[in-house]
Amino acid sequence: MKTLSPFKSQTLPQREPAVIQEDDTAKTFSCQEPLIKQPKILIIIPAYNEGKNIGAVLNGIQKQSPGIPILVINDGSSDNTEKVALEHNAEVISLPYNSGYGVALQTGFLYAVKNNFSIVVQMDSDGQHDPANIKDLLEEVQKENRDVVIGSRFLNRASYKTSLARHAGMLLFGNIASLFCGQKVTDPTSGFQALKRRAIEFIASDNYPPDYPDADFIILMNRCGFKIKEVPVTMHASPNKESMHHGHKTIYYVFKMFLSIFVTLLRKSPKR
Amino acid sequence: MPPRIQIISILICVFLVAYVFELVRRKHLSEEYSMGWLVTGTLMLILSVSEGALTWVSGLVGATLFTSTLFFFGLLFLMVICLHFSIRISALTKQMRTLTQHVGILDHEKKALEKKIHQPPWQTGSSSLEQI
Repeated sequence: MKTLSPFKSQTLPQREPAVIQEDDTAKTFSCQEPLIKQPKILIIIPAYNEGKNIGAVLNGIQKQSPGIPILVINDGSSDNTEKVALEHNAEVISLPYNSGYGVALQTGFLYAVKNNFSIVVQMDSDGQHDPANIKDLLEEVQKENRDVVIGSRFLNRASYKTSLARHAGMLLFGNIASLFCGQKVTDPTSGFQALKRRAIEFIASDNYPPDYPDADFIILMNRCGFKIKEVPVTMHASPNKESMHHGHKTIYYVFKMFLSIFVTLLRKSPKR
Repeated sequence: MPPRIQIISILICVFLVAYVFELVRRKHLSEEYSMGWLVTGTLMLILSVSEGALTWVSGLVGATLFTSTLFFFGLLFLMVICLHFSIRISALTKQMRTLTQHVGILDHEKKALEKKIHQPPWQTGSSSLEQI
């Protein structure tokens, strides 16, 4: 599988990890001690003008999942997102201009591939995702036969409030994804996910949808043989932001999603 | 074809071909993108000059007016070139996206290395040069 990066893999300086990482195992333990390989985990957060929210999000993550490195992709923000993220000891990659959610997210996956992370948790920067659920996602993704674990706001919980149109869209594309995946997909738009190495490499390749991953990408991953599982998570209403798909973008979103699903089904499944 | 429209279309085609050559000479237009314009301009010029060729092509496409034939091929060319540009823009967008991502990652690496270099050696356990 072709990864977008033209660079050879190099080891970058990173923050001191709290868990024993795969590379460090040999140095840390003597031969008599049992070798317990801990996965190298990274949390990726794409952020655009989230200076007001990202501090609280990072605090929440560091409280709930201490020691896991956090990478913020500052997607050309014009506010103090980068500064706040750095103040909270996150690694920050700043893109030179606003490139969109999908591009920012994929940048994080490219970084994860380059630095040999074995598990990635992706989440939003607006405080919608509850950091307390990170451990649920991690627990689930580390099981056998799991490549992608999606945090669903609709699974077993009906607390999430959204507009009727948005809910109808999620329901429609969720049902379409369920139909083609042969399993129930309740929340195809969820950006709260945990992914294993194979899935990370797949996202870092040019198979990834350029604007935003949705039901089309879930169908593609399913067709490529990735094992997908949903787990219930708590999602809060976004504090001060409109959805990515508001206004005239809704029409484009619906059109794009139908077209993308259609051509995904027409294409030959790419090799993993 | 009425002589007036014939003269106008010949002038337009001659101007188009000459202007495209000039743009290429000044390096405002690359050879790659000039080809479509030059081929179309030349073909339209041939159709405008030679009434026999225009009659034959009009019969071929079923046009009753010669001017309709010219408009038909003009529009066809515009559609083809628009599609071609959409394909090129998509490819360029993809390339720019990849470049943006790598610029971001490289900038991050550069900052991390700078930070490491500026750390005093007693904090890192080795000299800055060794780290580089």
